[in-house]
Amino acid sequence: MTVLETKNLTRNFGGLAAVSNVSLKINKGELVGLIGPNGAGKTTLFNLLTGVYEPSEGSIELLVNDSMKSIGGLKPYTITNLGIARTFQNIRLFKELTVLDNIKVGMNKNIKYGAISAILRLPKYYVEENRVHDEALKLLEVVNLLDKKDELAKNLPYGEQRKLEIARALATNPRVLFLDEPAAGMNPNETQELTNLIRQIKNEFDLTVILIEHDMSLVMNVCERIYVLDYGKLIAQGNPESIKNNKKVIEAYLGED
Amino acid sequence: MNQFLQQLINGISLGSIYALIALGYTMVYGIIKLINFAHGDIYMLGAYVGFIFATKTGMGLVPTLIVSMVFCAILGVVIEMIAYKPLRNATRITALITAIGVSYFLEASTQKIMGTSPRAFPALLPKGLIKLGKVTITYQQVFILTITILLMIALQFIVTKTKIGRAMRAVSTDTDAARLMGIDVNKTISFTFALGSALAGAAGVLVGIYYSSITPLMGLVPGVKAFIAAVFGGIGIIPGAMIGGILIGIIEALVSGYGSSLYKDAVVYVILIIILVVKPAGLLGKNIREKV
Amino acid sequence: MAKNRFTKTNFLWLLLIIVSYFLINLLINIGIINKVYQTVMLTIGINIILAISLNLIIGITGQFSLGHAGFMSIGAYSTGVIVKQMGGNLSSVFIGMAVGILLSSIVALIVAIPTLRLKGDYLAIATLGFGEIIRIVIQNMKITNGAAGLVLPKLLDWKLVFLFLVISTFIVVAFTNSAPGRACISVREDEIASETMGINTTKYKIMAFVIGAILASIAGTLYASSFYVIKPDNFSFNKSIDILVIVVFGGMGSYTGSFVSALLIGILNTSLQSFADIRTIIYGALLVMIMIFRPQGILGNYEFKFSNLLKRFNKKEARS
Repeated sequence: MTVLETKNLTRNFGGLAAVSNVSLKINKGELVGLIGPNGAGKTTLFNLLTGVYEPSEGSIELLVNDSMKSIGGLKPYTITNLGIARTFQNIRLFKELTVLDNIKVGMNKNIKYGAISAILRLPKYYVEENRVHDEALKLLEVVNLLDKKDELAKNLPYGEQRKLEIARALATNPRVLFLDEPAAGMNPNETQELTNLIRQIKNEFDLTVILIEHDMSLVMNVCERIYVLDYGKLIAQGNPESIKNNKKVIEAYLGED
Repeated sequence: MNQFLQQLINGISLGSIYALIALGYTMVYGIIKLINFAHGDIYMLGAYVGFIFATKTGMGLVPTLIVSMVFCAILGVVIEMIAYKPLRNATRITALITAIGVSYFLEASTQKIMGTSPRAFPALLPKGLIKLGKVTITYQQVFILTITILLMIALQFIVTKTKIGRAMRAVSTDTDAARLMGIDVNKTISFTFALGSALAGAAGVLVGIYYSSITPLMGLVPGVKAFIAAVFGGIGIIPGAMIGGILIGIIEALVSGYGSSLYKDAVVYVILIIILVVKPAGLLGKNIREKV
Repeated sequence: MAKNRFTKTNFLWLLLIIVSYFLINLLINIGIINKVYQTVMLTIGINIILAISLNLIIGITGQFSLGHAGFMSIGAYSTGVIVKQMGGNLSSVFIGMAVGILLSSIVALIVAIPTLRLKGDYLAIATLGFGEIIRIVIQNMKITNGAAGLVLPKLLDWKLVFLFLVISTFIVVAFTNSAPGRACISVREDEIASETMGINTTKYKIMAFVIGAILASIAGTLYASSFYVIKPDNFSFNKSIDILVIVVFGGMGSYTGSFVSALLIGILNTSLQSFADIRTIIYGALLVMIMIFRPQGILGNYEFKFSNLLKRFNKKEARS
């Protein structure tokens, strides 16, 4: 079953097409990789899919309640509420908030009390806050950060910040998860741990995962299918084995150097 | 039609003074992203220095202008060194509060030294009128506009044709890159303050002549309006400040002429808000998107 | 550690409020706090309400507003006009307060919807513009008696200011420590990340702005009924800046800081009373020095909490 589909997706920046004519089809429960040389438009594509940028042309459709719904150009928060979550290449945590509160911000859309209940401290506030607190702790346990719950996010080491970002994305209760270079800056041990984590959350939370990554061993290792972007265009797709031997892909990467 | 032309002329001469002050705002903002709230007070001090010099020596417009501009340039550099330089890496709001502190300090010191009551500025320009049909232009307006235009040409020359001007543009585009290219960033910032403050000093003298009265708080409202003018034209952009200043002057004159002068400030603010909402980067600015 | 209403810390807060109330009452009765000091106290109380409400907008939500005095003037003039029309008694003060709250929330919405899309300095200058427009409108209305302003009877004593100070503080603290409050902080920290976490950032910016405006309006009501005269000039952008200075001086995002800073600035202003002519000079120089040597304000983002005190206390006990 298709969960996410783009048709001829294009985004221009002042005459330059950062993403051009990209058509993708992601199936439910897949773990898809998105690779390509620097500046190929991978992050721009993520930004289009998560609503940070509006598409110049083309469509994006997401499976919502058993039917495909067009989400191109919707606001990021609307898209998140429809079931897409993401992490960022350059880690964008809420630095001055605690680890626990970072997760709670992610859970915000599922908290059922408003400003009035908060200010008047109605019973609803206490019920919901306690529920959210427990659920947030569970999520922290999944990414192994429970003992850091009261630290400020900015004080975490780099690898843990990446994990916290993943947990925060999970807190929004997504069906589709985008990971933008989750292994960047990690050592081989950490990368291995991350690989396991990605597999684990995919199963545990019944996710479809799309990840951008430069670490080829990770991509070839976890991804079932791979899309390759170069100069904003899709140049190849297929299973890891076929991508490894694809001429165009090799050229794109060698051409870069 | 005549009234319209008359108000247009009044507006342009007032607006050219706003433009002179706005240039200082815009250059400083362009280079260190600081809303220099004290800039209006430099303009006020320019007027006072001109007042003291002209009454004590009895000399004419040009020496008065030069003395006032030099004084303000030095003052601008000193303020930058003492108050703003230690805050290069601080948040914008911290720098803004510092500028407010400087502004209070300058205003209150002037009040203490010169008294709070208005002073009569000596008439450095011949009084007289030129009549063109029913439209009258005063000699003062002609002089003010001429001096303003000359100063702007000089500024444009410095910024586009000289080495230090190139350095200014480089620092305002990318401070770090400019530093790597061997540009002395601190010196360039000091120079920018000197230049902007000198223009404000000139504006102070011209306004003193125009209204023939000066007070220690005279910098407040024109300061805000000049800042609006800078935003209006696109902050950080030198021609933008000129256009913005003159437009604000014209709008004010037209509102006073046709509507109520009580609401002229309100109209300026309404237009400012409309501009900000429709085109936040100002008339000549380009919208820049944050990189994600 | 489930959250509920009846915790030790909440009890301690209640105790602190009651003790301060009776302490102030006592000090007034035995004459230590004289008439002059009472006026200073009222000013400080009102300034704290203004500062914490602006802190919610600037320090917590990260939206740089320079129009806070505008909302204060709406509360002050709503009260002033109604007291003038209905006669000087406490019930007209409360009606005035209610009208002020209603008006300021409407105006805050009108201001917020177009301007809160702007960022940083642009937002500051737009809100400054709105604040000035409010002042100019008041200055040109008949019912507000134009630039001359309104002369009012003194209608309340410190107890009411104390009550509203407690209420306002409770509102901002309760709001900040809740899901909407966390959403506001996330907007301050990283707007784009916040949006992609499913947070309608515009909604929360507006929410913080409106709550801040309402509290500023309440402060305006208190001001109008404590200080006899209100003039449009009392609410110019200089007033907005004074409030901003209290917030930044105390530490952005720290309500405790706003309290301490309003207190210190109030005391400083009073003690410099006899040097009226150099007061502003010193004030200006002090501002510059504080920003250079302590740019994060007195308290940074520290917040006083009884729970931390208790923790430390328990630790000490455990050790001994």
